[in-house]
Amino acid sequence: MWKHHAKFERNSIILTIGIIIAVSIGGLVEISPLFYLESTIEKVEGVRPYTPLEQAGRDIYVREGCYVCHSQMIRPLRDEVERYGHYSLAAESMYDHPFQWGSKRTGPDLARVGGKYSDSWHVDHLTDPRAVVPESNMPPYAFLAKQELDYHAIEKHLAALQRVGVPYTKAQVTNARADLEQQVDPFAGEASDLKKRYGSKVQQRDFDGDPSRLTELDALIAYLQVLGTMVDFRTYKAEDPENLR
Amino acid sequence: MTGLVYEDVARFAQQGGTIYFGLVFAAGLIYALWPHHKEDFDRLAQLPLEEDRDDV
Amino acid sequence: MTEAQARSDEAPFDAVVLYTFTGVAALLSLLATAFTKDPSFRFAGWTMLVAFLAGFLALSVGMASGRLRSDPTRYADGVIRAGVIATMFWAVAGLTAGVLAAAQLSWPGIFYFPDAPWLNFGRLRPLHTSAVIFAFGGNALICTSFYVVQRTCKARLAGGVAPWFVFWGYQLFIVLAATGYLAGITQSKEYAEPEWYVDLWLTIVWVAYLLVFLGTIWKRKEPHIYVANWFYLAFIVTIAILHLVNNAALPVGLLEAKSYSLYAGVQDALIQWWYGHNAVAFFLTVPFLAMMYYFVPKRAERPVYSYRLSIVHFWSLIFIYIWAGPHHLHYTALPQWAQTLGMTFSIMLWMPSWGGMINGFMTLSGAWDKVRTDPVIRMMVVAMAFYGMATFEGPLMSIRAVNALSHYTDWTVGHVHSGALGWNGFITFACVYCLVPWLWKKERMWSSALIEWHFWIATTGILLYISSMWVSGVMEGLMWREYTPQGYLANAFVETVAAKHIPNIIRTLGGLMFLSGALIMSYNVWRTIRMPGDVKAELPAAAPAPLPAAAE
Repeated sequence: MWKHHAKFERNSIILTIGIIIAVSIGGLVEISPLFYLESTIEKVEGVRPYTPLEQAGRDIYVREGCYVCHSQMIRPLRDEVERYGHYSLAAESMYDHPFQWGSKRTGPDLARVGGKYSDSWHVDHLTDPRAVVPESNMPPYAFLAKQELDYHAIEKHLAALQRVGVPYTKAQVTNARADLEQQVDPFAGEASDLKKRYGSKVQQRDFDGDPSRLTELDALIAYLQVLGTMVDFRTYKAEDPENLR
Repeated sequence: MTGLVYEDVARFAQQGGTIYFGLVFAAGLIYALWPHHKEDFDRLAQLPLEEDRDDV
Repeated sequence: MTEAQARSDEAPFDAVVLYTFTGVAALLSLLATAFTKDPSFRFAGWTMLVAFLAGFLALSVGMASGRLRSDPTRYADGVIRAGVIATMFWAVAGLTAGVLAAAQLSWPGIFYFPDAPWLNFGRLRPLHTSAVIFAFGGNALICTSFYVVQRTCKARLAGGVAPWFVFWGYQLFIVLAATGYLAGITQSKEYAEPEWYVDLWLTIVWVAYLLVFLGTIWKRKEPHIYVANWFYLAFIVTIAILHLVNNAALPVGLLEAKSYSLYAGVQDALIQWWYGHNAVAFFLTVPFLAMMYYFVPKRAERPVYSYRLSIVHFWSLIFIYIWAGPHHLHYTALPQWAQTLGMTFSIMLWMPSWGGMINGFMTLSGAWDKVRTDPVIRMMVVAMAFYGMATFEGPLMSIRAVNALSHYTDWTVGHVHSGALGWNGFITFACVYCLVPWLWKKERMWSSALIEWHFWIATTGILLYISSMWVSGVMEGLMWREYTPQGYLANAFVETVAAKHIPNIIRTLGGLMFLSGALIMSYNVWRTIRMPGDVKAELPAAAPAPLPAAAE
């Protein structure tokens, strides 16, 4: 009896191991080279980690499920490049945990939406999309302007991102709170600590049109306005051999 | 890091994948067509038809 | 509780383990809820606290009354009955969410509520997809796998109360995930949106599920393992691997709901779509084929057409599917060798997929007259036809040139719904129509006419849904790339949105019809359960008392 029992168990274990082998190899062969192949991510200049405010805005973008309707991945097809701008590079999302390439365009691609519209257009559009674009079927996000931004754990957020591979410096993590507040301070000036830590191109202003409060809308618009603006495409040569993949 | 280049990875994945698939497919086919198993399979094909009872 | 303790020496070991577990889990949830500073996490903590307390109390009562002992000579069917009811409940919930989301895209002025952000499309869509795939589909898979593995192994489910833990643990996973989406707790990976603590909970439940399933197989009296169980086992094992790899994330803090994926950008994208595509493969295809391999022969009273074919297409299917993920990333920043590999294997997938469909169809040979007389058989046939159609369309859409047009459009939405509504929905409904009379000891369903109504309303709904999405998908894809003779883009993006208004309305109508079918079915199931049973069922021994956990 026991002999039979042992045999029964062996069959099911062989089956289980067979299934594991059959399904593992494909994933390993496809996925692991991406971590070792140097040409997977192009060498470009300008891509930096998000500022604390932009990252907080990105977290809201994730929370609201914007990726459900908006892609952030411009394909190298003529119409897309003419409609949205230079096709997306892998380098542009190399600090995106998680990626937001999306899979559906119920609304337009947002990979290069930064700088395309004014802050006040975004305020109006997010508050009531159909007030600006009558045919739109986007949900209203009026509540973002009313809700104070919750950044009680922003240092922890940056520290976690640092641990999963985003090259934040120690100073950037410890000063996350101050940097976040400084980005919406219209009087911070060109010599602000934020610009010292994240570069002179950082956009520093009140984003939601209400300087008295730091709202979720501030953070989201700060994120939208930086999307696709980091790489200087005058210096990127797509035809260079090292950029062919 | 390592000097992996595109061509090597592409060749390994495409040729290796095809060969590996061939082996798995052949193994499955041999198991399924092994004459010794026919009897079992014919019986197993009838298994759902056995009368359903409450007790084991 | 003191009474329970007094009798604990008599209580079965598995119940005591689970009793302790729920008690400790309730305590931990209480501590987490009390000390967290994150309102989202506190909300989840409350949910867990209530669930674990309810489980703890139910087990106390169960052990005190001595009802948790299992009779090894009988099949454990109580948990399957609960699974059937849960399947129907989540079908209605998930389809309702889908109809509401479709209505929002059709009539944004009416169906958006500016003061209720939790009902916005971005939060409702993950709720809809998770509810139909994981809640409706998942419950159907768990309960049918429990049914099939017992009957084909001629052994009672292993683990005593463990199957009930799998059932209720899975419901808790669904509730945590669903309420989380509405509250904005998501890691934004499609079909893997739940945050880290929900993922951990699902891992515990899933390991228990695997052990119950394997443990039952180990008790079998038949040396061979029936092929349906192969498909179920591949589903359980592979989903575990996919789940663990794709959800690898670092929480911001132990008492914070938010986490960040270990992967970034292009690597994250490939891992996500390796997961995403294989969720389709190993959640929505492989185990549903297991359902087909038991319920179609059983209902048609014909043996499996070719057992050999079932083995060959099993191994080919699970091997090839795992490579196909990169076809979701054509023309993106993913290196092209990976895209090519994904496309090649996707096209190869056509063969093993149709191997399964052909085997299902041929099983009906000699019983084709039943398609006319038995609406349940007809539902199975239509399900297999939709499976064949969707698995033909899929490889087609994975060709780069076709994908350039179809990607990002409603065509993809139409494609997944022909699979989800036609194949997964119909094969599940057919199996539930089989299971309800068998489990509740009735001759037949309460009303055959209502099954006919369900079939025709739902079929029409699917056809409206997928044809409207084909039209709008191809239309918007062509409009995006349309140029004027002067060489300018012909359409602003918003013009394509406006052009889709009518297809959107037709899609909403199609979804509403499919939902109506599910409501008709729920009514029919409820009336069947309430029907007076046949004589056999009147004997007290034939219907074991339901476990107290069912009362939760």
